[in-house]
Amino acid sequence: MAEPMKIRATLQGDVADVRVLMAHPMETGQRKDAAGKLVPLHFIQTITGQLNGKTVFTADVSQAVSRNPVFAFKVKGAKAGDKLSVTWQDNTGDKRTDEVVIRAGS
Amino acid sequence: MKRVLVLGTLAVACAAAAQTPDPTAAEFDKFREIMEQDNPAELFEVKGEELWRKPRGPKNASLEKCDLGLGPGVVKGAYAQMPRYFADVDRVMDAEARIVHCMITLQGFTYAELAKQPFSSLTRTPDPVSIVTYVAAQSRGMKLAAPQNHPKERDTYEAGKAIFFYRAGSFDFSCTSCHGVDGQRIRTQPLPNFTKPEQAIRAVQGWPGYRMTGGVMHSLQWRMNDCYRQQRFPEPGYASETVSALLSYLTVNANGQVYRGPGIKR
Repeated sequence: MAEPMKIRATLQGDVADVRVLMAHPMETGQRKDAAGKLVPLHFIQTITGQLNGKTVFTADVSQAVSRNPVFAFKVKGAKAGDKLSVTWQDNTGDKRTDEVVIRAGS
Repeated sequence: MKRVLVLGTLAVACAAAAQTPDPTAAEFDKFREIMEQDNPAELFEVKGEELWRKPRGPKNASLEKCDLGLGPGVVKGAYAQMPRYFADVDRVMDAEARIVHCMITLQGFTYAELAKQPFSSLTRTPDPVSIVTYVAAQSRGMKLAAPQNHPKERDTYEAGKAIFFYRAGSFDFSCTSCHGVDGQRIRTQPLPNFTKPEQAIRAVQGWPGYRMTGGVMHSLQWRMNDCYRQQRFPEPGYASETVSALLSYLTVNANGQVYRGPGIKR
């Protein structure tokens, strides 16, 4: 079910500007389907960002975040060519990791 | 001489009045600009590319041999030059119709299964919608150049024009009822006048589009279908010649203007 993320990591000086788009339904557990039944709670709980395998960013996320969310964060001390990976895990245990190479900024 | 000058001034004044942005619309434009920087449509681009490259369907083939008009497998710039005439089917096809055609001929899917639920819902985005998003993104920043060289391309344009102006249905509506006059709107949504080239671009710009309300991806096939529904017309067939004709008319009117890629809608 987990579909690919879209990650952009661009260097500005020694700070990498990371923007991540995630494909996720982010169900609040309060919405009802056409048959009137509650759509089960289904949301991303944790997000982890790693720079060359070292964790540099973690976030706990609630069901208040929108469908297909965007997250942005900055990583200090990054270099062009460094590997940046992002992982999310949702409340059903589903997971997705994607990795990009940090690009030099303009 | 003096009269000509006065007329000229009047024309300028009218143009200025027509271009004065409505403050609500200006706020939405600002909002859209911010949203465009991280447009979830890109998620569908990624998914669409995967669907384009992966061998799928009963014939277990990829779409990499699909001819979008610039030769088999050429995706770059193809979307900006569609709808166009395809000799193998002897008709004009828009991008999504062509993709559907390729999914049937190359991958062995059936039209019936693709046309069963062709539009996105909260729980499901049909594959052709993701694929057309990927294909459209490969024409980002390019000038629209839907060809009008083949006689069938000119016929299709004329057919599209006739459909656009055709009044019918329980509301005695035509496309022009909303899109043939300047300054119309539905609720807070300003409606472009597609008979004017400078506004016709808005029929193409922003499509395929990610709709924030509901978080679903919609293609132009859906847009045409939904306009039919709002006019209380019978639904046009999915990927049919009718839709291709309408899209020919709208795209050719916008030819020469820059396409900015898949968009975002509120």
